[in-house]
Amino acid sequence: MMDSIIKIENLIFEYRKEEEEQPVKAINNISLEVEKGSFTAILGKNGSGKSTLAKNLNGLLLPTGGTVYVNGYNTADEEHIWDVRQSAGMVFQNPDNQLVSAIVEDDVAFGPENLGIEPAEIRRRVDKALEDVNMGPFKGKSPHLLSGGQKQRIAIAGVVAMKPRCIIFDEPTAMLDPKGRKEIMSIIKELHEEGITVVLITHFMDEAVNADRVIIMHQGEIFMDGTPAEVFGQGEKVKSVNLDVPMAVELARALRQRGIEVPEKIIGTEEMVEYLCQYK
Amino acid sequence: MLRDITLGQYFPGSSPVHKLDPRLKIIATLLFIIELFIVDNFIGFLIAAIALGAVIALSKVPLSYILRGLKPILLILAFTFALNMFMVDGRILWQWKFLKITQEGLELAVFMAIRLILLIMGSSMLTLCTRPIALTDGIERLLSPFKRFGLPAHDIAMMMTIALRFIPTLLEEADKIMKAQQARGADFETGNLMQRAKSLIPILVPLFVSAFRIAQDLAMAMEARCYRGGENRTRMNEMKFKKSDYVAVTLLAVFGAVIIIQSKVF
Repeated sequence: MMDSIIKIENLIFEYRKEEEEQPVKAINNISLEVEKGSFTAILGKNGSGKSTLAKNLNGLLLPTGGTVYVNGYNTADEEHIWDVRQSAGMVFQNPDNQLVSAIVEDDVAFGPENLGIEPAEIRRRVDKALEDVNMGPFKGKSPHLLSGGQKQRIAIAGVVAMKPRCIIFDEPTAMLDPKGRKEIMSIIKELHEEGITVVLITHFMDEAVNADRVIIMHQGEIFMDGTPAEVFGQGEKVKSVNLDVPMAVELARALRQRGIEVPEKIIGTEEMVEYLCQYK
Repeated sequence: MLRDITLGQYFPGSSPVHKLDPRLKIIATLLFIIELFIVDNFIGFLIAAIALGAVIALSKVPLSYILRGLKPILLILAFTFALNMFMVDGRILWQWKFLKITQEGLELAVFMAIRLILLIMGSSMLTLCTRPIALTDGIERLLSPFKRFGLPAHDIAMMMTIALRFIPTLLEEADKIMKAQQARGADFETGNLMQRAKSLIPILVPLFVSAFRIAQDLAMAMEARCYRGGENRTRMNEMKFKKSDYVAVTLLAVFGAVIIIQSKVF
């Protein structure tokens, strides 16, 4: 029996475009459980329903059919909606549009203030959260003077300060440069190591390599689900929905065709480099 | 051009002025503005200027930074100056056809210009030395007695916080749109006033669209962070009157007294 933090049962989400009579099914009957402390990556093309799924995970969108439980609370239960959102924090794509305050530390304090926490405790949490994302020295600065990656780190700190059990990252690196992307990924990894459940929505394959579990979505349904090695091992199937496999996987496949038996478990760039350097 | 606006911008620092209670600073600024409007001679302005100068010196905000904030209002300043100079009747100093400059007009023009400059500098000191959150918290607290009459004090304060936060973001957005339009041959620099005003429309429309998009994103992010209005909300920085605040109250009282005395004497 899996100890799950998020439990989705037959989730259906439809929205209606104004002129069209027929509602569009963004999510079509998904059932899914996310284990406590795990790191799940959800991949998919634009329009695959991955962002809609993310917004269903903390009650920003409510299911048309089926149920979503977060930390035991039903997201459709209005009484517990704030418990749901406190349990499952969310970091969005655009770093600019999710910061509320013109001062970094005030922004980080925004969430805890909403929860009605004691001022002294808020102060402690804000300092700790900024420390966690290596933004301590910037606490008195104004976010618009920071880089995209730094802003996104502030956004993460703002969620961390609410002490969620789980954080959902909705394409957090999509608008960042490579350096910012690296910074954010290493922070996500650290948070996961500290015991926070991570759900990472992304379309960068290389980011999914770090996860314990990869889910590929296609047309509102779960297309593939497994460990990164399992999923990326089926390169052709991944490509059939117009997604790429990580560079190292592609290279491994090419090497195998030339008769070099690269182990199946090698999917990350670093592991690949390691393997090739030791290859005789 | 768009980056010169200092009104509404915060200048980070840790001076005694920065540390004062925001409620006190708001009231002081209001008193300062009222003072500027009741003063009817140059000595009153001199006193106000000295007081303002002392505050600026104490705040350690560079004077050049504050003066830059005057740039956007230069046009208004020049306009009122010219209007006063030419329109007021009195002893004629200089005349050319229908244009004339009178002694009284010139005095009034200088008078008004000083008033405007002090007004802008004084009010920008409030935002320069007060963290936006503290400012809106202060406003919320000052307005809270009116909650009884149905005034949504918290919501007003939150709207102002967000407005202040997004001034730079929207300026950047406007800059980006302008550059994109220029790259496709739009011309904002030449033509008469009408033509230039018209050429701004293609900037304003996309700017509004992106403002709505930002608002939508932000609303979602705020909801995800459990924002549910002012009820049961706590604050990281509580407002308490400190020793320095009492000193400031005393100085403010002295300033007010001096102004009243001088208006009686002169």
